[in-house]
Amino acid sequence: MSTYTLSRGLQRNKAAYRRGHKPGENPWSVSRMVALLILAFLAGTWLVPFAWAILTSLKSEADAGASTLSLSPPDGFSLDAYRKVLSAGDIPLWAWNSLLTSVLITVITVATSALAGYAFSRISFHGRRWLYAAIIAAIIIPPQLLIVPLFRQMLAFDLVDTYWGIILPQAFAPAMVLILKRFFDQIPVELEDAARVDGAHRLRVFWSIVLPLSRPILAAVAIFVFIGAWNNFLWPFIVTTDADLMTLPVGLQTVKSAYGLQYAQNMASAILAALPLVVVFLFFQRQIIKGIATTGFGGQ
Amino acid sequence: MPTAVDSPAAEVVVANGKRAGAVRARRDESLTGWAFAAPFAVLFVLFLVVPAGYGLYLSFTGETLTGANSDLVGFANYAEALGDPDMWRSFGNTVWFTVLSTIPLVVLSLAFALLVNLGLPGRWLWRLSFFLPYLLASTVVVLFWAWMYNPKLGLFNGVLAEFGIAPIAWLQNPNVAMISVVLTTLWWTIGFNFLLYLAALQNIPEQQFEAAAIDGAGKWRQLFSIVIPQLAPTTALILTLQVLASLKVFDQIYMLTNGGPAGSTRPIVQYIYEAGFTGYRFGYSSAISYLFFAIIVAISIAQYKLINRRSAQ
Repeated sequence: MSTYTLSRGLQRNKAAYRRGHKPGENPWSVSRMVALLILAFLAGTWLVPFAWAILTSLKSEADAGASTLSLSPPDGFSLDAYRKVLSAGDIPLWAWNSLLTSVLITVITVATSALAGYAFSRISFHGRRWLYAAIIAAIIIPPQLLIVPLFRQMLAFDLVDTYWGIILPQAFAPAMVLILKRFFDQIPVELEDAARVDGAHRLRVFWSIVLPLSRPILAAVAIFVFIGAWNNFLWPFIVTTDADLMTLPVGLQTVKSAYGLQYAQNMASAILAALPLVVVFLFFQRQIIKGIATTGFGGQ
Repeated sequence: MPTAVDSPAAEVVVANGKRAGAVRARRDESLTGWAFAAPFAVLFVLFLVVPAGYGLYLSFTGETLTGANSDLVGFANYAEALGDPDMWRSFGNTVWFTVLSTIPLVVLSLAFALLVNLGLPGRWLWRLSFFLPYLLASTVVVLFWAWMYNPKLGLFNGVLAEFGIAPIAWLQNPNVAMISVVLTTLWWTIGFNFLLYLAALQNIPEQQFEAAAIDGAGKWRQLFSIVIPQLAPTTALILTLQVLASLKVFDQIYMLTNGGPAGSTRPIVQYIYEAGFTGYRFGYSSAISYLFFAIIVAISIAQYKLINRRSAQ
């Protein structure tokens, strides 16, 4: 903890120094204050949509649909919209569907990518080169372009309107295999050689030596895959028609069209849907930021 | 590896035994490799290689929902697509969106990162504000923004009214709708580029600034002669990822404007979706997918060459 604060402090000094702001210089100079004002204005602007949505969600439907900029609505503020949205029953179910599918997608993707990444990094096997080339080529294929053949395939497999139909086409990520391979490449082989001389099997070596060393990158990959899966819209939208199987983004879209005029409830459901990932972010802020910095790939 | 052997004959025997052992070891190694790669390879083949191949086949058929005309039709779908004004219009919208969104998403994210990197107080708050929207699902983003764009009750027209400005039909006016979509996208996705720039800024070696300061270079001079050139590889990465992401745009446009008004914002992915899932013309939809994919490949190659030539100079 203390090293952490220390390095944070150093970083801040570094940043201040970088600007040419010497330790003796006035940190409250006019140019710094101007920069601070600009920054505060921009950050404030970026938070407006959240603030406006929260404000609307706390109003009564009558007030939300009547007065535009009113900060003191006649009916006052209440959590009624949230209560109604939650008691209507569908949002908790969709949140559960989202959680279940996203967790499974994340677990399968991380496990298969780590195993494959390790094979590409350490083991020479027949066909390794062409499989690797195929994976690199696949990174540039946008999944959006495969919706028609994939949907027909799901019809043939009888997976339309099932959890596995949502999960399987999302449960692998060529980019993540490359990221993990590159990470494994940097681990010194000598660490594994010692264990292998003792006769430990590859899987054992992988499990007890390589994986523990790779925790940060595995966490980064897992968080990205989870965010991508939790927020994905197009594929779950195509493969589910049964409202009981919909994920949160897909369910909200259908409700939006059904109850178009209930603004307070619309905003309450949007806030509820946004909440889980915001909480996840607040917990894993450092890993997420580091992950973006080291991998350069994201949910996108 | 030198081994202790007495006679030439023994040497041969040992060498043969070794070779057989080596062959077996290599075969074992190969099996182990496949065992590790297999779970990924199975999913990769089933849900990417197979649909990609199947889609290519479909694009040469007249396949529809009923399967009534599933014969091979040669290049008829491709010919039809190339002569389809709606396809060209959607493609044009996608390109226009890519141009309009990529420029601010690269320039503003750099500006935001530079500002946050100044070391002003409240760093975590600025970082959080700019990154938070990136964590939202497209549906949530659209719920927020459709409400703010609402012609009568929305925040934007409310603020305009305070200043006595006539309301704007943000999503209903064909001249404004694309700008509105770009604004929403800018707000939603800038956090990712911003974080990439912020990380790159923290990796610039300090000595360069010390040297520049000794040479009497001012802060603005340092920005243009040290910071921006040092960020070139990051800018290349961000630009590449951003162009690819923008070309794939679908969610926010589909939900905000449904491609309207009058098709003025409909992107190519929505056209592919509609041809397949509302027109039920699977063959035709697949053909457009492949045409678009060819364009994405061409753009990627052009970008790659451009960036490599630049860095070679």
